[in-house]
Amino acid sequence: MTAPAAAGAALDQTIVSLPVQETARVVRDTRPLRLITCGSVDDGKSTLIGRLLWDTKAVKEDQAASLQRDSSGKQNDLGLPDFALLLDGLQAEREQGITIDVAYRYFATDKRSFIVADTPGHEQYTRNMATGASTADLAVLLVDARVGLLEQTRRHATIATLMGIRQFVLAVNKIDLTNYDRARFDQISHEFRELALSLGVRQVTAIPVSALRGENVVYDGRASMPWYDGPTLIEVLELATTRSAQTVGFRLPVQRVSRPGESFRGYQGTVAGGAVKPGDSVVILPSGMVANVTKIVTFDLVRNAAVAGDAITLVLDRQVDVSRGDVIASIDSQPMTGLAFDAQLVALQPEGIQPGKRYWLKSGSRRQRVQVQPVSQLELKSGKWNHADELPMNAIGKVHLAFDEQAIFDTYEQNRTTGAFILIDPDTNNTVAGGMITAKRAALGGIHTEERRVILSLPADLADQLMATELFASRREDVEVRRVSAGKAVGIIDSIDG
Amino acid sequence: MPHTLPETELHNPQSTKPPLDPHLKALENEAIHIFREVAAEFERPVMLYSIGKDSSVLLHLARKAFYPGRVPFPLLHVDTGWKFREMIAFRDEIVRKYDLDLIAHTNPRGAAENITPFTHGSALYTDIMKTEALRQALDAGQYDAAFGGARRDEEASRAKERIYSFRTPDHRWDPRNQRPELWNVYNGMIRKGESVRAFPLSNWTEVDIWRYIQAEEIPIVPLYFAKKRPVVERDGMMILAEDRRLELLPGEVKREEVIRFRTLGCFPLTGAIRSNATTLDDIIAELETATVSERQGRAIDRDQAGSMEKKKREGYF
Ligand SMILES: Nc1nc2c(ncn2[C@@H]2O[C@H](COP(=O)(O)OP(=O)(O)OP(=O)(O)O)[C@@H](O)[C@H]2O)c(=O)[nH]1
Ligand SMILES: [Mg+2]
Repeated sequence: MTAPAAAGAALDQTIVSLPVQETARVVRDTRPLRLITCGSVDDGKSTLIGRLLWDTKAVKEDQAASLQRDSSGKQNDLGLPDFALLLDGLQAEREQGITIDVAYRYFATDKRSFIVADTPGHEQYTRNMATGASTADLAVLLVDARVGLLEQTRRHATIATLMGIRQFVLAVNKIDLTNYDRARFDQISHEFRELALSLGVRQVTAIPVSALRGENVVYDGRASMPWYDGPTLIEVLELATTRSAQTVGFRLPVQRVSRPGESFRGYQGTVAGGAVKPGDSVVILPSGMVANVTKIVTFDLVRNAAVAGDAITLVLDRQVDVSRGDVIASIDSQPMTGLAFDAQLVALQPEGIQPGKRYWLKSGSRRQRVQVQPVSQLELKSGKWNHADELPMNAIGKVHLAFDEQAIFDTYEQNRTTGAFILIDPDTNNTVAGGMITAKRAALGGIHTEERRVILSLPADLADQLMATELFASRREDVEVRRVSAGKAVGIIDSIDG
Repeated sequence: MPHTLPETELHNPQSTKPPLDPHLKALENEAIHIFREVAAEFERPVMLYSIGKDSSVLLHLARKAFYPGRVPFPLLHVDTGWKFREMIAFRDEIVRKYDLDLIAHTNPRGAAENITPFTHGSALYTDIMKTEALRQALDAGQYDAAFGGARRDEEASRAKERIYSFRTPDHRWDPRNQRPELWNVYNGMIRKGESVRAFPLSNWTEVDIWRYIQAEEIPIVPLYFAKKRPVVERDGMMILAEDRRLELLPGEVKREEVIRFRTLGCFPLTGAIRSNATTLDDIIAELETATVSERQGRAIDRDQAGSMEKKKREGYF
């Protein structure tokens, strides 16, 4: 294994160099790195993680003995155990030799600990891949060196990016079966970099790997691949960053109201962004009432501050009406409230997402009825958004959400908790989509939905202001702004209402 | 009974403990979040309490989650009648000390048909006295959510399980068709008769459990600490020989050894390990160099490959 400094230097050669946005953390992070493996069926994801567990000594003697026992008969030409069996724990998986559902495993090196989710490659089980991706900091994307990028590879890379993963390792696997062909590795890495760039991913490290033989996983593969002098997989993982909770202001989705006796009333939940301390002024949404924080209560002590991730009980200075599903937020940086939002989502079940159907939407602790109108679907090959009225299973789409009651969101980019939601089919109670809020839609008149574009007719000064925002810049394709006089705008609204 | 809390008592004076490290803190936060979510979304939750180390941590987290209120659901102990004596004494002490509601259930078939691990074999015995008994108790209480202390690192089929694990009206788990579970947004929607098993400790490892017990000074059954105890060797396991019902088979001899237990279940089916670990520090040090996994000492997990998945499909935790 290479020393960390050398690995860092080597890393630079393989990273697609783009403007660095985050300053590197110097302080050692003791939180575990959460990663997923993804890629098409049979590319070797489970074998790779099995190998990782094996070579980091996370497999105990009794587990190794059952692995040897279970591998007999399915042993490969090399006489090595079938490492995938360390992950594929369901009988159906063992019988079919594929992964069906995510397996979560925990392991550590001297430098840090890891939570890894090994996800299935089979298209039918994309929902389980999305489950794993939603909480990951980094994705290891596998490609079979003999086959190259497939549609499923693109799908997984896209879902991982949508869900906010910004660090990728491209593991060009089964390199042993190509005679350690360097040109092949270079070609696949190149192709993937193009894809990553189109997805806006800045950090890609490409590694030629043999998961089965354990080359460039924990131990280097120099003996077979003298041409590769980059880092091993584990070296990249040890240096990766965990995502800090991107924060806007303070957010506390209220899970329950605690009333153990007459003298105590506290609001329990997990801080979903920002920080809070006694004395802070907060707003309760959707009601809009205002109060001040008097205490932050936990079992151990009355605390003088709480930050994102903390499970707390908040006490306010006055009697206000707060119930489960409400959001307590900082008064000067509030989330968006409204009846209409734009989102991107992944359809997870065979019925897909039907136009106009009313689903349950759950975000944080808030569950409400929503009507979902698909707008467009991503074509994986070209990266283009095509008009769509409904979304089939596994589709990635843009949708409009329309609520009966006020909804409360941040964009997913700003907050991974208050910007995320699931859709539940009221007929089956199953989770049918995972979604990310991209923007609030103005539920004003003057909006005409044409094929794929929204036309906004706004007074000139407002139009200019809107077009100067960053959010608008990133969504130029969706919206067309027309400058009109204030008088004419009123006229348009009247004509719609009337 | 609602209790009134004078303002001053909100500050817990015993809290001179150093703060938790970020890793344990994150695990604790996640578990508390799950407890609160389930308590808020379901009508009749219950917490499975098996008296072991994981249950002790689970209970501690439940008390934290609902503080300053009481734990808002009962504890259910499925008592096979073959638990270690010290476990039952510990359970009763904890229930008294923390003012908890305990339901202890034993399958009446066990007594009626005299089903024992010795006469019926571990597989059938577990099936009737644990799985069937659990189903009886859950049906009787009409519970729609049951907390369990299972961890994903325990076993390969557990590693696949969701935090909200959906069960059909006859308590079956369909591992091939689990609901997607994204972020920490849990889907608690079920029909009447269906239920959810909720696992707040899903992402904890065995070492996390011990480090947390140490950091939070959580009481545990003394059998986890090494002491000289009477044992007998059977089926390659050292089992505790203090219960009158354990009859020695020809060739078996009772002897004294310094041992402890890494997991606790029914004494005839739980193997002891030779160990000198008498403190939590010792246990953690021992664990960090352990070469076998914790479930090795459990006869029921070794019955056949995939046995845990099979039991889970049938309604076992
Ligand atoms: N020669 C060789 N074979 C490999 C390598 N990695 C994986 N394999 C083999 O490829 C087959 C599929 O491996 P898995 O790890 O099950 O693939 P997977 O990506 O997890 O498959 P799914 O989870 O079902 O999508 C197995 O037979 C492995 O032994 C490798 O580096 N070299
Ligand atoms: Mg697999």
